Amino acid sequence: MAAEQPAQRVRVVLADVARARSAEPTEPARVELEEQSPIGEALVRGLVRAQLAAAVRLATVVAVALGGLPLLFAFAPALARFRLFGVALPWLLLGVVAYPLLFVTGAVYVYLAERNEQEFTDLIERRDL
Amino acid sequence: MSTYALPAIVAVTLVTVGIGLYGLRLARTTSDFLVASRMVSPTWNAAAIGGEYLSAASFLGVAGLVLKHGVDALWYPVGFAAGYLALLLFVAAPLRRSGAFTLPDFCEVRLGSRRLRKLATAFVLFIGWLYLVPQLQGAGLTLQTITGAPYALGALIVGTVVTLNVALGGMRSITFVQAFQYWLKLTALAVPVTFLVLHWQADGRPELSAPTGPTFPAATTVTVEHAATLTFTEPSTVVVHGTLDGSTVDGSLELPLGVHQIGDGTRLDFAAGTSVPRVDAVAAETPLDWLLPGEQDDAEGVFATYSLIIGTFLGTMGLPHVLVRFYTNPNGAAARRTTLAVLGLVGAFYLLPTLYGVLGRIYTPQLLMTGQTDAVVLLLPGAAVGGLAGQLLGALVAAGAFAAFLSTSSGLLTSVAGVLSTDVLGGNGSVRDFRRSALVAGVVPLVLALRIPDLDVSQVVGLAFAVAASSFCPLLVLGIWWRGLTAIGAAAGVLVGGGASVAAVLVTLVANPLPGWLGTVTAQPAAWTVPLAFFVMVTVSMATRHRLPASVSATMLRLHAPDALRL
Repeated sequence: MAAEQPAQRVRVVLADVARARSAEPTEPARVELEEQSPIGEALVRGLVRAQLAAAVRLATVVAVALGGLPLLFAFAPALARFRLFGVALPWLLLGVVAYPLLFVTGAVYVYLAERNEQEFTDLIERRDL
Repeated sequence: MSTYALPAIVAVTLVTVGIGLYGLRLARTTSDFLVASRMVSPTWNAAAIGGEYLSAASFLGVAGLVLKHGVDALWYPVGFAAGYLALLLFVAAPLRRSGAFTLPDFCEVRLGSRRLRKLATAFVLFIGWLYLVPQLQGAGLTLQTITGAPYALGALIVGTVVTLNVALGGMRSITFVQAFQYWLKLTALAVPVTFLVLHWQADGRPELSAPTGPTFPAATTVTVEHAATLTFTEPSTVVVHGTLDGSTVDGSLELPLGVHQIGDGTRLDFAAGTSVPRVDAVAAETPLDWLLPGEQDDAEGVFATYSLIIGTFLGTMGLPHVLVRFYTNPNGAAARRTTLAVLGLVGAFYLLPTLYGVLGRIYTPQLLMTGQTDAVVLLLPGAAVGGLAGQLLGALVAAGAFAAFLSTSSGLLTSVAGVLSTDVLGGNGSVRDFRRSALVAGVVPLVLALRIPDLDVSQVVGLAFAVAASSFCPLLVLGIWWRGLTAIGAAAGVLVGGGASVAAVLVTLVANPLPGWLGTVTAQPAAWTVPLAFFVMVTVSMATRHRLPASVSATMLRLHAPDALRL
């Protein structure tokens, strides 16, 4: 049986692969980022703005929802005497409800922040720009 | 009080040392010591952060404040938890990506200024030590309450154990120690409170806020250590041994409704069902004030509440022991997920101290007279449940309290020692340098705690939050999100805002809250020092725009670029 001609051996140098990848000509946005060109900087600014907007929006929601309570109770004392399940409303809101509210807000932020980052990553890794 | 409490405390301490020694075998390099080589998994890390964060103020102080001040005190735990939300929203992921080890490192990475680094170092030391003192004091008071041992002993034990543990094992070991201690603390509050609530149910659900104020559930003896003015809300028969209204009394008396002066060291025996008199020094509120929020009639109360909210919400991110934990996450996204987990763990914990404060009103009202409201968590299980079960539950709570002192002080000490060894003592970053720094970092607060034993635990912790919120919060938030920050602007903001809050702290500690508005704005400074710090930082940065660091674009890319891109 005739032995098949083995394929030509190829020398692989890992450093070469990494170098080729970092200068990937098919990911132009990545080059802009790494060279810190004006386009790259504009991309980063966009990402920072999106992340900050998400954070500020959620912080405002919590600040109004929780931070409004002292004023609310000061101006509407009747509300502070209202009882739900036998517990005075301020005790229920500050002692129990506040914690799930904080956690859910945090979870929403993690979701938004990761989505922003995914969109940014997709943009950078596009090869058809 | 309880025969089982002391063995429980000893066991917690031994387990802490044991895990520390186990960690010693794993810790090999300086990086292991400082940040556990950044290889701690998010679950472990979240429990460790929670364990580190829940200090004496959370474990003992919150319940004491609720017992004393009622619904207004609930802002403390809400703020402590909300601080993690602020950390998550504005700091967590970018800070981890900055690759800095400590807060001074962050200053150098972002702004490239050695002098700003020195300034940040000074603030880390101030905040760290300010926060360590009440932990050691809490330990002293706990041991005193439980065993009658001298105050100094508890402080010495915790100070020594923590210093040696940090010096020997560093962060690698305290990650395990603290994850363990989070669960211990949660158990130590959750199990007894279950029994307490069941007991309250079986008791026929006594009214939490009787219109006449709290009454003694059983015959109770109260020793008034410092002369005080008592207001009796109804005529009461009391056995008095000591001085009453200036004359020496030794026997049973029918006291009319009204105000009475009690001398030092007087012992009062109350029968079951007697109304608890109000003590002026403790400023216990009327039953209605306790139940309802705010002292509606004055703007001071509203200012103090908002100041507290701002200080705790923004102060958490500036606490050195909280920050150092973030460097143990593998990347920015993991830091974010860890913070969210911490928010959940810490929030779950804070549901519990409130119940202790509320039930303490029924079962341990004498604490309102002696002023030792911080002891309510320790004494409540024994007072309400009683018997062997009460003693065992009391021991569990005592163990949890010691876990709180040990874990928070370990975290604080690690971060203070880390900063000391790299920035002040100027070593070459060897493990021996870190150990030497840990000794220095531990001795300073221990000496302070022994010299000034009667500072209010929660108040000092609140001041530490205010200083952190007025110095590091603006530095971090602006440093991460605003390209325009300059080193001079940052330094000016930290000096003015942080300096003002430090001055307020010193005035409060020395003058023991000033009267009136001046007292309110110095005892709760965050509402004016935080905006001041932001304002100064932004305006000075804009005025020195020509000194923007050249590396700002590269730094912003590094802080915000998704980890998946591997830039």
